[in-house]
Amino acid sequence: MANVIELKKINKIYGSGQFQTHVLHDIDLEIEDASFTSIIGQSGSGKSTLLNIIGTLDQPSDGEVWINGMRTDQMNKKELATLRNRTLGFIFQFHYLLPEFTAFENVLMPYRIEHGSAPKSAVERANEIMNLVGLEKVKNNPSGKMSGGQQQRTAIARALMNEPKIILADEPTGNLDSDTTEIIYNLMREINQKIGTTFVVITHDRRIAEKADRIIEITDGRIVMDI
Amino acid sequence: MRLAFTIAVRFLRSGRGQTILIAIGIAIGVSVQIFIGSLIQGLQIELVDSTIGSQSQITISNKLDDALIDNYDKLEQDIDDNYESVRFVSATADGPALLSLDDDSYSILLRGLNFNIADGIYKITDKLEGNLPAKEGEVLIGTELKEEAEISLGDELLLLSGEGKRETMKVTGIFDLGVANLNKSWVLGSLPTAQNFFNYEDKATSIEMQLEDVFAADTLAAEIQAEQAGTLTVDNWKDLNASLLSGLNGQSVSSYMIQVFVMISVLLGIASVLAITVVQKSRQLGILKAMGIQDGQASLIFVFQGLMLGIAGAILGVLLGLGLSYAFTTFALNPDGTPVVPLYIDPGFIALSAAFAIVVSTIAALIPARRSSKLNPIEVIRNG
Repeated sequence: MANVIELKKINKIYGSGQFQTHVLHDIDLEIEDASFTSIIGQSGSGKSTLLNIIGTLDQPSDGEVWINGMRTDQMNKKELATLRNRTLGFIFQFHYLLPEFTAFENVLMPYRIEHGSAPKSAVERANEIMNLVGLEKVKNNPSGKMSGGQQQRTAIARALMNEPKIILADEPTGNLDSDTTEIIYNLMREINQKIGTTFVVITHDRRIAEKADRIIEITDGRIVMDI
Repeated sequence: MRLAFTIAVRFLRSGRGQTILIAIGIAIGVSVQIFIGSLIQGLQIELVDSTIGSQSQITISNKLDDALIDNYDKLEQDIDDNYESVRFVSATADGPALLSLDDDSYSILLRGLNFNIADGIYKITDKLEGNLPAKEGEVLIGTELKEEAEISLGDELLLLSGEGKRETMKVTGIFDLGVANLNKSWVLGSLPTAQNFFNYEDKATSIEMQLEDVFAADTLAAEIQAEQAGTLTVDNWKDLNASLLSGLNGQSVSSYMIQVFVMISVLLGIASVLAITVVQKSRQLGILKAMGIQDGQASLIFVFQGLMLGIAGAILGVLLGLGLSYAFTTFALNPDGTPVVPLYIDPGFIALSAAFAIVVSTIAALIPARRSSKLNPIEVIRNG
């Protein structure tokens, strides 16, 4: 199968001179389309930095990043924004919903960023996704007034809205209880299998990681395990 | 565009207290501007009205030969026909005379007027005791002269011209022009009264005009000089009242200064509060950028916020300013019931200050808009 993500000799260095921190060392990584990959590692190992570089939120100090066949480390801000909007979905540990909007409006947001307003078809799609993540009953609640699990499911629904090729999740269940964690992972896995969206998920929970197609472990900025 | 607008509305609504505070800040700025502007304009209009409102604003006279104007009625007619902005035009025949009463004599100016028109200039009938002269040989005197010479209505006065002519005239009314000097020295009669007394025959000494726009007096005077007056001299009030004009100018300039500084403080206020909003909403901006919102759109959110705050503040400010003006003219009164300071409410000026506030608010929003455009989503994502 084709690779949707390719990293070639990625280095990331923060700071300069004496206070330089070398976060990532010569990372080479290829991730196949429709796969479910989990990344594990200690905090400070560089796994979040790696995910942010894949997500084009951060830029590598050196090396090439190819997303969906396009080289992103040389794109300008405008092109990157468009790429993120259409090709990438993000799920973060702290949900990052817009508290000024309802859950449903948050889900619709990626579509509105691309098209301005939302026609009926987009509203229908958002409704379908809300049903898929099991939020049809609370979809019109203000996003700040939902439980953690509901917020994270809303974030997943939002990540799905523009039918991205890739969803990047950084400890999506980091502050959820174990039951909810289970539900969220099953949901992501289900989406991965049903729709074929590529998932790259950072987790510190080995039990969860073992359910993935592929596990990558990072220690001190290097890939030490890839199974 | 629409998304940025929606987000701006939601941001404003979520920080309701802050939004109301800024809107009130803008409103106070606008209302102060409107109030000060109306006050200064009102003061100026009253000052101009009281100083030159009841006198000739353009005067044609003959400074050569015998100082008399031939064919004055034709000139009068031409000016009346050709210059829209001339409100009143009236020929007068003036001359110095002595008023002899018992053992005293008073030096006076006998003015022959066409009362129908001249009343428009001098507003004689506004404060007239008695009647206007109905026929030749009847005159009006001023209140000061009446007091000083102890003349009463119906008295006969003996006037002596410089050439030694003596004539008795009957007092039919007492006027009060509000200027002591004029009330003391002017004796007003009909045009023929003065013409005959001074042997002017069918000539006048000057043609006086009042205008729709008093401040156009100089340009209009120049036109009349060029097109109508020939060898006659055309004077206008502006040339004769330079100090009044510079006073008015000074007032206008200080009023503009106040208004400009009020607006600058409003601008700084909005800019600083919106800058805080960028920090408060950096999490939201970060996630919007992660989702792929363009920097321009992100900036637009704040521009819209500024625009909406400006509109809300301007509407509120106009209401507040008008309310303040109304209260001032209703409650700060002279003993006779007239307002201490008459405000001049100019809709054009109010619309201008409102528009100015909206523009200023939008400009103020450009600073935070720039900041939001520079915000990098990774800073928000990394720092939680």
